[in-house]
Amino acid sequence: MSDIDKSRFLSQFDYLTERESSDHVALNCPAGKLIEFCTSLRDEFGFDLLLDVTAIDWDVATPRFTGVYHFYSTASSNYLRVAADCPDNVNPVLPSLTSIYSAADWHERETYDLMGIRYEGHPNLKRILMWDSYPYHPLRKDFPLAGIETPLPAEDVAERTNLKVVAAPMMGGPFHSSGDGKMSQTEPSAKDESWNEQSSK
Amino acid sequence: MAQTKEISLGDTGARAAKAHSNAQAKVVAADETVSEVNSETMALNVGPSHPTTHGVLRLMMELDGDLIKKCEPVLGYLHRGDEKIAENMTYNQFVPYTDRLDYLAPLANNVAYAMAVEKLANLEVPERCQAIRMISCELARISSHLLGVGVYGMDAGAWTVFMYTFTEREKLYTLFEELTGARFTTSYTRIGGVARDIPDGWLGRVNSFCKGVIDVLDQVDKMLTRNRIFMDRTVGIGVITKEQALSYGMTGPNLRASGVDLDLRKDNPYMMYDQCDFEVPIGLNGDCYDRYLMRAEEIKQSVSIIRQVIGKFPEGSYYAEDAKKIFAPQKSKVLSSMEELIQNFMLVTEGPQMPQGEVYFEAENPKGSLGFFIVSKGGGVPYRMKIRGPSFCNLSILSELIPGHFLTDITVILGSLDFVMGECDR
Repeated sequence: MSDIDKSRFLSQFDYLTERESSDHVALNCPAGKLIEFCTSLRDEFGFDLLLDVTAIDWDVATPRFTGVYHFYSTASSNYLRVAADCPDNVNPVLPSLTSIYSAADWHERETYDLMGIRYEGHPNLKRILMWDSYPYHPLRKDFPLAGIETPLPAEDVAERTNLKVVAAPMMGGPFHSSGDGKMSQTEPSAKDESWNEQSSK
Repeated sequence: MAQTKEISLGDTGARAAKAHSNAQAKVVAADETVSEVNSETMALNVGPSHPTTHGVLRLMMELDGDLIKKCEPVLGYLHRGDEKIAENMTYNQFVPYTDRLDYLAPLANNVAYAMAVEKLANLEVPERCQAIRMISCELARISSHLLGVGVYGMDAGAWTVFMYTFTEREKLYTLFEELTGARFTTSYTRIGGVARDIPDGWLGRVNSFCKGVIDVLDQVDKMLTRNRIFMDRTVGIGVITKEQALSYGMTGPNLRASGVDLDLRKDNPYMMYDQCDFEVPIGLNGDCYDRYLMRAEEIKQSVSIIRQVIGKFPEGSYYAEDAKKIFAPQKSKVLSSMEELIQNFMLVTEGPQMPQGEVYFEAENPKGSLGFFIVSKGGGVPYRMKIRGPSFCNLSILSELIPGHFLTDITVILGSLDFVMGECDR
């Protein structure tokens, strides 16, 4: 467990840098080299499981978005974390790993859906958790916790009734507060108080 | 040319009857009508609310007769934004949300989450706490697999199995209620410990439950394992090769059924699993039948682990007593001592104080590896938390696995994968 030699990676691939980590070996990889590095990870280093693909939004910092990948080797029982910064803050793009690991398919769709990172080369990059016409990427830091009112995709109902279909208001838990009033005032678990329903952040 | 027609599932019977009478009429007709029938495909939608899909999974399929040509799973019907919620509350406040990930094994989720945060804090909990957590995890695994096997039997047409396994599960819930105060949404762990110590005589009752569940397993074994109908429906159906399973990032019993020896309790032992002696069952063929055998055997191994832990149950504290900035002090002391009162106040208002850093921890949960990736900038609230739900990865294979099977195999394949939409959609 965790007897993985990071100097071997660093000497073999000169574009890698070491990443700060509290547990497993972590490496920074430039976005352009990701496919090359991950291919050799699978074929030479035996990291046969792509456990997780996600991204971090650093809000005002540059680079704003960092894609994070977790690999596991069934042979040596080691974990490896690989991070790749997105060069563009406004239109973040990373290469898709779907050609190397089939698992990347849904994970990348999810990251695209919630974080708005486009994966170049993905065969079917569409939303997976939110509905297709949803306009936002809710895990971004500038998206408010209470959400933004969005019409639900029910054109047929809207056409017949002339009414807009919106999601039912839901007060969160686990510490339930009273049902009336603004969520930002009544919901104690919503710690972010810099916004309210009237003026978004 | 292929034609596509939309029909709803409820019309299947009527349509089958119509097709049958049409076919009767066409028997005497010329050969070209046969080729026309062969080329017609039909769009079929199953779910999001359908007993087969065990939750709110929706499958959009293209059928040629009974043969499935294409299958596209649609998710998100149970998406609650757990990760966003986690970024806006303290670490302890998120524990109840973990109940609702894999809601068939809430205790195992509680433990996995607490351990991920403790890893960030670099905190080791006392042995007694680890022992309590191990028993809860294994009981949760038994509970989840009992449901998995029971419902799977029901999917394949064996109703009785479900009755037997659910009776046992009911007894488990009584044990959970004694331990945590809740039957279903347990919220039992806290960062740095568990909510309360085990009640008097609880270990004895766990022991007698273990004896009972082994008896029931024998009965289930008699009803299913050599059951001609069950075998006909599962052997050789939904075969997932080793390479496919790895490529799609499958974990847990589904991966092991395909012959990959990966069990985090053995390979990256956490808590006290390295001191326990147990076997990890590995499948040979990766078909639906193997996935059933996997779960049945894992229940037996869990029972063995529980017995070993009870056999040398450690004394001591059920929480990390020296972690004053993480675990809340005892209520009696909060009301009588100034220092504890301040401690409690800080914990409730600011949350458990964590160092900066990035950690990824996963635990071997009943459905597979449940992972938490936590990015902390310090303080009591995570900056980013990603939850890796094993069911999400296990389901991603569906669009490759299902085509080529018959419509009736859907129930068996979905039942054998034993997924839960709570942790899939998060």
